[in-house]
Amino acid sequence: MKTLTYREALREGLSEEIERDENVVIIGEEVAQYDGAYKVTEGMWKKYGDKRIIDAPISEAGFIGLGIGASMLGLRPVMELMFYSFAYVAWDQMINNASSVRYMSGGKINCPIVIRGPANGGTGVGATHSHTPENAIANVPGLKVVCPATAYDAKGLIKAAIRDNDPVYFMENTLLYGETGEIPEEDYIVPIGKADVKREGSDLTIVSHGRCVLMALKAAELLQAEHDLSVEVVDLRSIRPLDEETILASVRKTHRALVVEENKPFCGVGAQISHLIQSQAFDDLDAPVKRLSAIDAPAIYSVPLEKVQIPNVDRIIRAALSVG
Amino acid sequence: MSTMAATRKPAQRSASSAGADYAQAPVNASLAPAEKIRLLREMVRIRHFEERSLKAYNEGAIAGFLHLYIGQEAVAVGSMSVLGKNDHVITAYRDHGHALMAGMGMDECMAELYGKATGCSKGKGGSMHFFAPDKNYWGGHGIVGGQTPLGLGIAFYLKYKGLQGCCLCYLGDGAVNQGAFHESLNLASLWNIPVVYIIENNLYSMGTSLERSSAFTECLAKRAEGYAMDWDVCGGSDLYEVRAHTAKAVQRAHQESRPAILEIQTYRYRGHSVADSKHEKGYRTKEEIEEYKRTRDPIQSFKSRLLAEGVLSEDQYAEIDKAAKSEAAAAAKFAEDSPYPTPESIQEDVYWETDHGRTSEGRIFFNDEL
Repeated sequence: MKTLTYREALREGLSEEIERDENVVIIGEEVAQYDGAYKVTEGMWKKYGDKRIIDAPISEAGFIGLGIGASMLGLRPVMELMFYSFAYVAWDQMINNASSVRYMSGGKINCPIVIRGPANGGTGVGATHSHTPENAIANVPGLKVVCPATAYDAKGLIKAAIRDNDPVYFMENTLLYGETGEIPEEDYIVPIGKADVKREGSDLTIVSHGRCVLMALKAAELLQAEHDLSVEVVDLRSIRPLDEETILASVRKTHRALVVEENKPFCGVGAQISHLIQSQAFDDLDAPVKRLSAIDAPAIYSVPLEKVQIPNVDRIIRAALSVG
Repeated sequence: MSTMAATRKPAQRSASSAGADYAQAPVNASLAPAEKIRLLREMVRIRHFEERSLKAYNEGAIAGFLHLYIGQEAVAVGSMSVLGKNDHVITAYRDHGHALMAGMGMDECMAELYGKATGCSKGKGGSMHFFAPDKNYWGGHGIVGGQTPLGLGIAFYLKYKGLQGCCLCYLGDGAVNQGAFHESLNLASLWNIPVVYIIENNLYSMGTSLERSSAFTECLAKRAEGYAMDWDVCGGSDLYEVRAHTAKAVQRAHQESRPAILEIQTYRYRGHSVADSKHEKGYRTKEEIEEYKRTRDPIQSFKSRLLAEGVLSEDQYAEIDKAAKSEAAAAAKFAEDSPYPTPESIQEDVYWETDHGRTSEGRIFFNDEL
């Protein structure tokens, strides 16, 4: 095993896939000569050159549409959104074209694209740079959405995403890029559609994704130490497809569920999880499913307030203790 | 393959085309008589397919939108007829003509309009979404301008693979104002991508005339200069003219990997779509339409040419016309007799993975019950 940061793990996964398949190209703003706005692609342009690592001018609809068009013929572009908040500039391409071309052609075409980038707030960059659109994307049939919280999951999932023959939208987090984790020396994949129990417990299930998983794990430690509450933390990793079995197995064991998300509440990922649990594990519940989402307003700039707006360890603890 | 940073020549406009006899252009002079007749036949087939689908729509057999290509036939037939095996085509929603010229059948296209399972998209796409990747034809797209980055991507693929080919990406006069088109133009020129944007300028974007939609009035193609890109304008009722101008742009794309905009002046006799109730007495006049039909019909124009060249006789033309009409009628019958898709098929063709023996885990469709 070796220790890598989340960004290094991503870079390793991207590099391995570039070397494995000549159809993989990376396109995005500042990905090549600048080494990546968040250094995910650092060193890759020097190693792989202009043909494989491509700097795009600021024109998301253009370069993402280009990638989608090229993928119809078999290219496998991995396109970076510097912030997933910029997805809306390319929304028509990402939602109308990438998801629908297969269906509208009666199955004649597929788009093996990956669109990756940080989908998070918590960094004081304001409302237009702090979006977490995984919930909106997961609503669209034809698309897949994943959200790795750890270095291990990031490398494994980026490789799976690149090899996947459907569009995979890959949510990262600027606050996770520097977090370290253990990575195997040997090659591995994290399968899309599989959640991961990051901590076992017996009194309460916390279901979460992205950086909220790490906060849930910290909260779980404190809940055990200070409140003698044994918390199981389920990391979704994959939003669509969704590992319902792991979630339900956990709830059947603990009988209580708290869903924690950085999404805003209305139709956030948590709404889908909550519906799943109440509809499939109703008789196993001793209390209604509780949701902790970001406070329902555009992302506030002021740093200490943003720390409250996004679920934090304190809010998770309070929410956990308040589950029936 | 030229590098991304190659220096570009200044954008050029082709020499004036007024009064030129395009029959003598090499690309046309080299056509065999049989090939000339084939091109006429393609236009006639498109005309009859469109007329027959209009009839079906008015009878209630076709739902949604129907954007007819009647009057514009020489644009698709002329431009696509100069393409080679590594050239590809993509267009917007007025796509029946391009589809038939690409080699799609009337049966599968008509059945698609009827929403039947035997349609080219299994009834899942409809009029705006005919596709035939095996014929290098990539649709059929509903969002105005939405196909322009896709066409760019197709051409990018060809260049990436070292293939000498180009993509003809068609759009209308209304689409030129969409932002995605401008992003595509910049990328195409900056990266030397062999895409040829063909603006089918039929003067009206639904009910909005050119004067009311485009700030720059000289022509639409000249916007290419803002992107250091070559551009050209030609008439769209003379098939030879369309061929000559398209061939030039295609050749530049093949040999220099440079993009271009080719604006082709054309006209639609019918409304924006069949539901357009103002097309004869709102935003344009019946007189204007009749004038175009009388003086600039592409089929009549090419027919006269071929008669004058001695390559075609009136009897032959009558045969072609009759055969095309029968073919369209047979396609309507095929569509009528075909079954609708089954409810079970609604969730097929959504993911490549679910259509090829699902290997990933987890739930991928989310209805509680069907």
